[in-house]
Amino acid sequence: MLDKDIKFLEESFKKYYFDHFDLIHTHTNPERREFGYQKFNFGMNRHIPIKSDKELHLLLMTNIPSDVYCSNASYLFPNLPMAEKDWQGADLIFDVDAKDLNLPCRINHVCKKCTTCGNVFLQQNECPDCKSTKYETSSALCQNCIAGAKNEIRKLISILTGDLGIKKENIRVYFSGNEGFHVYVSESNYEKLDSRERAELVDYILFKGALPETFGAKKSDFSKSVFSDIDEKGWLGRTSKQVFGSKSNKPKLSKQLISEGYFSFKKKLEDLQKIIGAQIDPNVTIDVHRIFRLAGTINSKSGLSKILCNDLEKFNPGNDACFIDDDKVTILANCPVEFKLKNKKFGPYKKEQVTVPKYAAVYMICKGYATLA
Amino acid sequence: MSNQIITSVLKLGTEEIAKYPFLTEAGNYLKEKGFTLEQFGNDEDLRPIIEIAFQRIETAANGKIFNSDFNVKNLDVEVFSFLVAVILLKQSAMNTLIKRFSLAEARRAEKFLEKDLSDINNKAKEELAIKIIKDLFSMDIHKSDDYFVIPVVDYLKHATHFYEQEWKLVNRLVDNGNVFLTSHETVRLIRKELDNFISSKIHSANIPSIPESFKKSVEALVSLAKKFSVQTVETGESPPCIKHALDVLSKGENLPHSGRFMLATYLLNKGQTIEEIAPLFKNAPDYNEKITLYQLKHLSGVFGSGTKYACPSCDKLKSENLCFAIPECANIINPLQFGRKKIPNA
Repeated sequence: MLDKDIKFLEESFKKYYFDHFDLIHTHTNPERREFGYQKFNFGMNRHIPIKSDKELHLLLMTNIPSDVYCSNASYLFPNLPMAEKDWQGADLIFDVDAKDLNLPCRINHVCKKCTTCGNVFLQQNECPDCKSTKYETSSALCQNCIAGAKNEIRKLISILTGDLGIKKENIRVYFSGNEGFHVYVSESNYEKLDSRERAELVDYILFKGALPETFGAKKSDFSKSVFSDIDEKGWLGRTSKQVFGSKSNKPKLSKQLISEGYFSFKKKLEDLQKIIGAQIDPNVTIDVHRIFRLAGTINSKSGLSKILCNDLEKFNPGNDACFIDDDKVTILANCPVEFKLKNKKFGPYKKEQVTVPKYAAVYMICKGYATLA
Repeated sequence: MSNQIITSVLKLGTEEIAKYPFLTEAGNYLKEKGFTLEQFGNDEDLRPIIEIAFQRIETAANGKIFNSDFNVKNLDVEVFSFLVAVILLKQSAMNTLIKRFSLAEARRAEKFLEKDLSDINNKAKEELAIKIIKDLFSMDIHKSDDYFVIPVVDYLKHATHFYEQEWKLVNRLVDNGNVFLTSHETVRLIRKELDNFISSKIHSANIPSIPESFKKSVEALVSLAKKFSVQTVETGESPPCIKHALDVLSKGENLPHSGRFMLATYLLNKGQTIEEIAPLFKNAPDYNEKITLYQLKHLSGVFGSGTKYACPSCDKLKSENLCFAIPECANIINPLQFGRKKIPNA
């Protein structure tokens, strides 16, 4: 990123931070958390202790970070190296990223930025300008992808509250600031689970590793299989509902399943993973030492904020997570897609100089689609 | 919780102690009953118990469960033979035998626990079995209809020791934070902990000195143990997950961070040097020599926290879609174990 763009982003971020201290708070028990931050074009600073909102706000003003992070784990000595921190437990966190859903719309809004000449293009496998095949990808905001991610969140919350007994009031959903959502579970007895145990929980949520026998299949004599009922708890009921649709369909469809055989049923269960399993990123939940973007801070991949979604259904990231002001800024934009922020459409721009509100300029510069003119 | 507390809280009768002899302290129990170790060598009636204790260990060593006889007259023999076996094992200090004995005794107790849990005609037996599970394994368990219900968290703590897919949480009935199990599944779930508990009892048994009459059996145990010692050789073949990672890199395709971590930690743990490993990543689309060397040094513990990172387990790799298991992967839990073959001692 060019120096002038970094300077512009830092000024914009600083103003946002100064104007929105009310949105930026330390995590619960800050004295037990590890904080970290990054500056533009620099590596990560980790193992930072922050004891209060005031200390945090001071760090934002003095360092003007591009990204700010806080651990989901609590430690006795959060500022010491990892091996000496003395891990006490960690909130359960789930990450649903639209990128992982691989929806068909992505081909139309995932831009490729050539790492050789900086050109931004869509769809092709090589840079149309310099023919290089090395590029980085970044996705522009897409309502369809956000809707897909919200659907996964609904499935996840249903499993968390119904199967795992987690109280609704202990679940908070945040927009990640880019393309997905983070779901935090606090004050639950799951906090003490280690990585391996969390991996098992992840497979449960993904509906991964389900055996036909669990749902009533008899491998030795498949014709004697008695499949689980729709009104059963947990995956038994959920799977049957998906397979049979209704109670009245069960006898007929059971016969059909039996005629298709054990391995066909096994394959059906595997195929159901993507439909009834909640598509979470396993690595995020398994990692008990990770630092996560701090709520209220800006995601430097987009210029949007990580923000609590009080009403997931109505939440619109382009409106509800876009807090940069609308002063006019002139940029040189090379943005092959259209995107919408604060109910205004922008783009596509083909290597042209345009004057746009600051929030749109920040968004495009963060995405790598523009530089200051 | 100490055993004395458990036994006093549970108020065990002789039959219960015969079923669950590990709930008592060997030395203390014999003293309380008015016996000395010397008597086992001298007394005509007690001497056979040393032989039965030896057989109990030998049966366990052969992977079988000691055949228990629950006639009232033999309850004492049941208890004493276990306690004497503990003394013999502790004295022999043969870990192989201690491990085999603990597992066999855990499986023996498992049978009784399962029977007691499902004994609908005897509520006291069911309560005792539940209490043993609760107290020894800090597991919150209660009965609901025909099921034994335990919190998901407790289930995961125990079930992650299993590698059979049926124990995966996804293959269990789960509702409102609880897992519903049969009596058989409940006791099977704690086998490993029961095994560990018995083994720790043997290791921590306080036995000041043993009489001459025990020494022959102890020596016999030492030579019995030799039969079970094994040597391992490595075939040198790489596991499929590592082959896959190398294949992806050699094609210049992108290997995810988790895959690079697996490959690097695997090779470091196999003794390769950073200089040998670094070139493997040269083909990666985002290769940066400086960053690669930094990360390899970090993983090898050269700097940073100084911790040498372990190769991820097969379980973790499965979750990360990095596992490409083949039949030869059976019974391994980490890629580093792939290709190790046991050669029994002649």
